[in-house]
Parts: sequence; structure tokens; C-alpha cells
Amino acid sequence: MSDAAVREAGSGTSDATRVERAWSVLQGVLDPEVPVLSVCDLGIVRDVQPAAGGGLAVVVTPTYSGCPATEVIAASARAALEAAGLGPVAIETRFAPAWTTDWMSADAREKLRAYGIAPPGRAARERSPEGGAAVPLRFVPRRVSLPEPALACPRCASADTERLSAFGSTACKSLWRCRACGEPFEHFKPI
Amino acid sequence: MPAASIDVARDPHVQYLLRVGDTCLIQAQRLAEWCGHAPVLEEDIALTNIALDLVGQARAVLSRAGRLEGERGGVPHDEDELAFLRDERDFLNLTLTELPRGDFAVTVLRNAALATFFKLLWQRLESSSDPDVAGIAAKAVKEARYHQRHAADWVLRLGGGTDESRQRLQAAVDHLWPYTPELFDADDVDDAAASSGLGPRWAELEAGWRAEIEPLLDEAGVKRPPPRAFRSTGKRGVHSEHMGYILAEMQTLQRSYPGGVW
Repeated sequence: MSDAAVREAGSGTSDATRVERAWSVLQGVLDPEVPVLSVCDLGIVRDVQPAAGGGLAVVVTPTYSGCPATEVIAASARAALEAAGLGPVAIETRFAPAWTTDWMSADAREKLRAYGIAPPGRAARERSPEGGAAVPLRFVPRRVSLPEPALACPRCASADTERLSAFGSTACKSLWRCRACGEPFEHFKPI
Repeated sequence: MPAASIDVARDPHVQYLLRVGDTCLIQAQRLAEWCGHAPVLEEDIALTNIALDLVGQARAVLSRAGRLEGERGGVPHDEDELAFLRDERDFLNLTLTELPRGDFAVTVLRNAALATFFKLLWQRLESSSDPDVAGIAAKAVKEARYHQRHAADWVLRLGGGTDESRQRLQAAVDHLWPYTPELFDADDVDDAAASSGLGPRWAELEAGWRAEIEPLLDEAGVKRPPPRAFRSTGKRGVHSEHMGYILAEMQTLQRSYPGGVW
């Protein structure tokens, strides 16, 4: 953006326009670990309000309590908004309501799948071991384990898949393998 | 000049939150010791992921505890001051968390015991009269549930594995079980939190905890040792001989280089 455009964006525009512009800037701020989804697609940015004095107040919510990307995301959002002349930006972190993958749009789920990550099912309904909902702990030996919900391979769409590890490269993912095409893939856990 | 220790408010509500936050923090510190040492790569990732969740929970709870100190007429502290500048007697974590990490069976069993406890505690804290605590709990309960399932799966696998793995699991139960009554010991900190609605008396969680842990151990084919008179007292600030070493390792950087940042 040119200096002139930055000046124009930052002055004389109505609050509603600035908030609208802020959302469109945030659509371009990508998650550092899943760089096909924006912080809006993920539902991390909860609210944008005009602040007294011309800046913006942005409310974000962490995905997982210990997600190391949370601080990077807040810093990138602030930098992008300030570069677009919409600053100064005050970021507030809010825990409630707790973040859930159910906030992810259908479009975002499709972007994930195309990127090679199996998107999350509904957290409220999905069964264990991946489900985030309250289910009683089951004590069954592994060999007679109840069938796990079929997860489609994001590459070949086969449902002949198996979970390799409950925890993946980031807190939000688990590691799976497709028996049909032989490729490992990650699953964005429903929570 | 090493950083001096801070004085922590002697308020039962602050102490209640420190018990929660410190138990998360010290458990995370012990789990992080497995980084690069777990039996398989997947488990290395799992244990450190669980540790990260616990650090995140500890940060949120300690931050709230530090603000509460100010609201209750004391000096407010931030999460880093509380983690790095308190002395041993001011840490209120359960003794169970500070015991050395032991072998993999000890780690797995401790994870199962604590994740089950935390799941039940966070469920109750979701309706805390403190909205910040309720918000932290609503997020943390989902994480604790996942930790519990993972740990319980391993308890069953060790119990149903080889003679060696079952013996190791039995040894872990014999070693850790005497430290579990502390979870549910009642005192005036619990009474204060219960009467203000901040959180439940931990004694109220015992029945639910036993209802989940005891069938798990039965299914794994290990026996619980008989009750003993011994009581650990970490949540009152009186710790085992292991605690000082954890703090030395965890705090040395901030003590030696006060205010240092990455």
C-alpha cells in the first residue's frame, strides 16, 4: 500500500468502514502453522471494534491454552492492521467462549483438505478417540477397540485410514496414515 | 545481583488458584524432561504437547492469581514473577507432581491420575463465580479430557503388555498411590473457595476420581496398595526433597539475569 493510501485509510473514514477494512486485512493474515487459513477462517479473531482515539480494539481467543502460535498470530494481526493505516491496535485475549473447531467455515474446511490436512468433524458429536465432546472413558483392550470414526484421506478420499499418533506436529493436529494410497497425513482434531 | 524473591499474598482465594496453577506448572516441567527421551517419537511429541497445554493453563491461572492478589489488597504479580521469583514454601502444587519423572510407567500413571483429577476440577470450575476462571476452565477441560484418554490408553497397554511392562506399572502404582490422598485433603483454603463460589472443595472430587481411576487400574490388572497414615503436603507449601531441585532448574535464568527476555 502506498503512503498516500495509508494516509487516506487512516483518516476521515467512518468507524464502520474502518472495521470493515480491518476484517478484510485480517482475512489476509495467515496462521503460521497452517498457512492456508486466515485468523478469521480459524475463528481466532472474535471481534473488531473502533477504539477511542482512532485505533482499533481486536479481541482474539487462543486455540489451545499452550499454542505457541498465539503470540505470533496476535503480533501479525497487529502488524498487518497498522501497516494498513488502521492502528494503533490494542489486542485483547479472551478465553470465553472457548474456541472450538466448529467455528471453522465450510470454505475453511475445504482449504484444509486441499492443503493435505483432514478437516475436523463436529466437536459436539464426533466420537472418541478424536472427539472433543464429553464421552465416558472406555476401558476396552486395544484388540477389541470400538471402530474409530472413518476419516477420509485428504489426498485420495479413501476411508481406509488409521491413526498413528494422537498428537501431531502441533497441538491442534493428530497423525494418520492412508492404507489405500500409503500416504501419511494430519488431521485437525475436533475440539 | 540475583533477583530477590517476591512476597505472595496470604489470601485463601489466591492460594486456591496457586494450587491449580502450580500443579499445572510443575507437572509440565516434569513432562518436559521427556523431550528427546521418550520411548518412541510419537510419545515424545505427545508428552511435550501435553506439557505445552499445561504450561498454557498454568500461565492463565497464575496470571489470574497475580491480579487477584492486587484485588485483595496485596501487591499484584504477573505470571513470570509468580513462576520464577517465588521460594519453595510459596509453591502450592501437589507433591505428586514434583516426584521425579521415573520410568515411562510412572509418567503414564501420574498423567492418568492428574488428567482425571483436572478433568473433574475444570468441569466444576466452569461454573466458578470468577468469570476469568470459568473461561480458563471451559478451554482447559477439553484439553484435560484428551490427556486423560491418552494416558488411560497407555495404562491399559502397559497393564496388558508383557510381564515386564505390567511389573513396571505395578511398581508405579505402589510408588505413587500414597501421594494421591493429598488431592482430596480438606482445609480452610478449600472452605473459603467453596463459600465464595470460586471453586469446589477438592474433597468433593474424590468419588468421581475413584470411579474413573479404580476401574482403569482393575482393567490393567494392577493392585492398589492398602491405605497408609502418610500424607504429603505440597499444596500447603511443605514439599518433598525433590522440589528445590526443580525450582533451581526452572528459575535459574530469571534469578541470575532478572527480567531477561528471549
